[in-house]
Amino acid sequence: MYERRLDRSRAHTTFSMPLDNQTTPLLGRTKLSVVEPVFQMNGIVKHFPGVHALKGVDLEVFKGEVHVLFGENGAGKSTLINIIAGTFPPDEGKIVFDGEAQSSMTAHRARELGVSAVFQEFSLAPDLTIEENLLLGREATRFGLLRKAKMREQVRAMLAELDFDLSPNTRVGVLTRAEQQMTEIAKALLGKVKLLILDEPTSSLTERETEKLFAIIAQLKHHGVGIIYVSHRLGEIKRIGDRLTVLRDGAKIGTVAVAKVDEEQLVEMMTGRAAEVLFPRIEHRPQEEVLRVRDLSTASGAVRGVDLYLRAGEVVGLAGLVGCGKSELARALFGLEVLEGGRISLFGRDLQTPPTPASMLASGVCYFPSDRVAEGLALVRPLRENVSMAALKLSNFSWHGLLRLAAERIISQEKIQQLQVRPADAERPVELLSGGNRQKVMLSRGIIRDVKVFLFDEPTVGIDVGAKVEIYRILAKLQQQGAAILVASSELPELLHLSSRVYVMNRGKISAELQGDDIREDVILSNFFDREGTTFPRRANAH
Amino acid sequence: MVETHTHVRTPAVQWRQYRRYLVSYGLLPCLLVMLFLLLGFYDERFWRVTNLINVMRNASYLMIISAGQMIVLIVGGFDLSVGGVAALTSVTMALAMVQLRNLIPDALTTVVVLGVLVGLITGFAIGFLNGFVVAILRVNPFMVTIGSMSVAYGVALYATAGVPVYGMPEVFSRNFANLQLFGLPVIVYLTIVILFAVWVAMGSTKLGRYIYAVGSNLHAASLSGVPTTVCIIVAYVASSLLASVTGVLLTARVGSGEANLAQTLMLESIAAAIIGGVSLRGGVGHVGSVALGALLLALVTNGLDIMHINSLFQPIVIGVVLVAAAGLDRIAPTVR
Repeated sequence: MYERRLDRSRAHTTFSMPLDNQTTPLLGRTKLSVVEPVFQMNGIVKHFPGVHALKGVDLEVFKGEVHVLFGENGAGKSTLINIIAGTFPPDEGKIVFDGEAQSSMTAHRARELGVSAVFQEFSLAPDLTIEENLLLGREATRFGLLRKAKMREQVRAMLAELDFDLSPNTRVGVLTRAEQQMTEIAKALLGKVKLLILDEPTSSLTERETEKLFAIIAQLKHHGVGIIYVSHRLGEIKRIGDRLTVLRDGAKIGTVAVAKVDEEQLVEMMTGRAAEVLFPRIEHRPQEEVLRVRDLSTASGAVRGVDLYLRAGEVVGLAGLVGCGKSELARALFGLEVLEGGRISLFGRDLQTPPTPASMLASGVCYFPSDRVAEGLALVRPLRENVSMAALKLSNFSWHGLLRLAAERIISQEKIQQLQVRPADAERPVELLSGGNRQKVMLSRGIIRDVKVFLFDEPTVGIDVGAKVEIYRILAKLQQQGAAILVASSELPELLHLSSRVYVMNRGKISAELQGDDIREDVILSNFFDREGTTFPRRANAH
Repeated sequence: MVETHTHVRTPAVQWRQYRRYLVSYGLLPCLLVMLFLLLGFYDERFWRVTNLINVMRNASYLMIISAGQMIVLIVGGFDLSVGGVAALTSVTMALAMVQLRNLIPDALTTVVVLGVLVGLITGFAIGFLNGFVVAILRVNPFMVTIGSMSVAYGVALYATAGVPVYGMPEVFSRNFANLQLFGLPVIVYLTIVILFAVWVAMGSTKLGRYIYAVGSNLHAASLSGVPTTVCIIVAYVASSLLASVTGVLLTARVGSGEANLAQTLMLESIAAAIIGGVSLRGGVGHVGSVALGALLLALVTNGLDIMHINSLFQPIVIGVVLVAAAGLDRIAPTVR
């Protein structure tokens, strides 16, 4: 058991590699000589309304092991780690922690057992300070009153030990995403930790912070902490992972030693088929330019001086880390972000006024949000209404403000069949559809009216592999018919196989435009981060 | 333009925090001083001791009930039943005292103490039910508390047939109500004690910290092992109890149990909290500012009285102030 002591004097608190033990694990290459599981789960099943999220998954994590969870978005990784952290219970299955069977796991119980989780969606209260957040749930009290001075000291020591440059009395709401991520990690490490869950922890960290995190992970491994590490990044998986479990469509595909597999095998395990089968062959025939953006900036600061163009008959990828501005860029083009500067021209003509969704739809531009539940669909309404939603103003759907219901029924039924939405029942509420079919309903909005420019934000997030193939086919078909398609995506394979050009974004700016043979994973990834010497220092007061 | 990757101690952020302090700590005192001077210049009767004591007394009722409202707002809900609770407390307490007086006519102090207890238990029960339904059945607090408000007023009206309940011991309705200490009504000291207790509870105890956390991000709090259900129930119980205390004090003042007591207090308590910078989205609020907000409303009401403006006009003014304050609350995120 690894009990973190925070009252150790500063002289001994730096996170250096321990020297007192000759079996010191090298980063990423632990010998699994002590094979003692800290955590096991068997036959975990979980249903959500309309989704069979986990179909009998087994997982075992050893002490001092970095166990990577690998799989596509929607494969069940986050459901699994939420069950381990006690966010919600499994429908079926057995959980054993430290040799003890756990009948019910709640968030509280998980914490008592020493399970700490860092989720992508932060578990921080924005109105509380860093200090208040870190110690939330384990405040020190005397006579019922909080011991504020002592707690401040604890937090200072903790942050110093982790070498995190944060001031304890800052409100979390004003922190940047990376700083919130660091706060979240610090919070997870307070108290006793036996099993640490890290969900894409590096997605918003810089290289320097990532190195710090890896050093901490090495230290924790040395102390026998089991680590579940969710990541898409093959580079870091290779570097720090010991074993790896692949999930696909809610089922476990297999567990392998990281050192023994190569990237192609991993991708094949993840997708269930070779890349040639998954992705359609797209012949790019770029024609005339339809959209050009010059020096575009949003008021939020998420997009800063972006230039880009889009031609008919091509698929253009937009890559970058979470928070790099790629989603905001797509949203800005559809008038969903307040613009601060720049020009947008559409079909060769400059827009005189800032875009709005109505004006963009009228000119043949359609946006497909990543969060289809929050921003895309009226879940309780039937497919028919969702399909026609963006087209009701057109004359074939309404006549002087009155809806032409018969026409609506016929046309939406036709589109539903064309895109093979299943079940093809136009009167069924959208909430009963799976993720893939929901996305098809969204896509039908693009084909029900004359759309020439398609802006996608994470088009396949939360969609199973089978439906992905169909979505890719539809994209390919649209492109063959001369549509211009912009795809902002975090799934690199998607961008690698579909795009004729890829823009990489980093901190609101385009850091690279890649074409042809340059569209490779390593090239894209290298542009995710700042390169030494070419950019300004990250922090004004970095030491 | 927002530099997303600069450190938190940049001038821009400092300015934002500074403006936030200005709004929550600076603006309200300035408004209060201005209002004081304005009213004083308008009519020198404002400065009379009796009038000032009157303002303090009225502000005290509002401060107590608003402090409770604040706790519920911080935990991310709101409590529309506070007025109903005060009225029902008034009625049950008065009825209990009248009955007890017949049973034990010699021990009037005991009658008063037991009567007050009955009133507070009423408040506790309603608060607990509110909290239970909101926290465990996860019903929208708006529906829950508007329902319990209707029930509370309904029971109070039914039990009294709309007629005030007289016959409480004079120890309570005269001696206690008019009790003064160092020239100030005792209720002012009681209010100070209650506000101090709320201040300590919210700022310096685990429970207070948890209530802020739950209101700020329920999911995060529960992942941090915070007993969120307990926090929500405690908040509603606290609000209801404080409303009940207000009911007791108002009843002593009026001298009878009234089913239509405190009809404006629900609206005013929310207004005072919002004026005091409590966020309708939860997680933000300080009892000191809420007390100032209550004082501001009491001054406005007093000003309308002094200017001889029809008292029927007052709900209009309170309504305008409430909507304006809530509007400021919407704009506040850009200020914070």
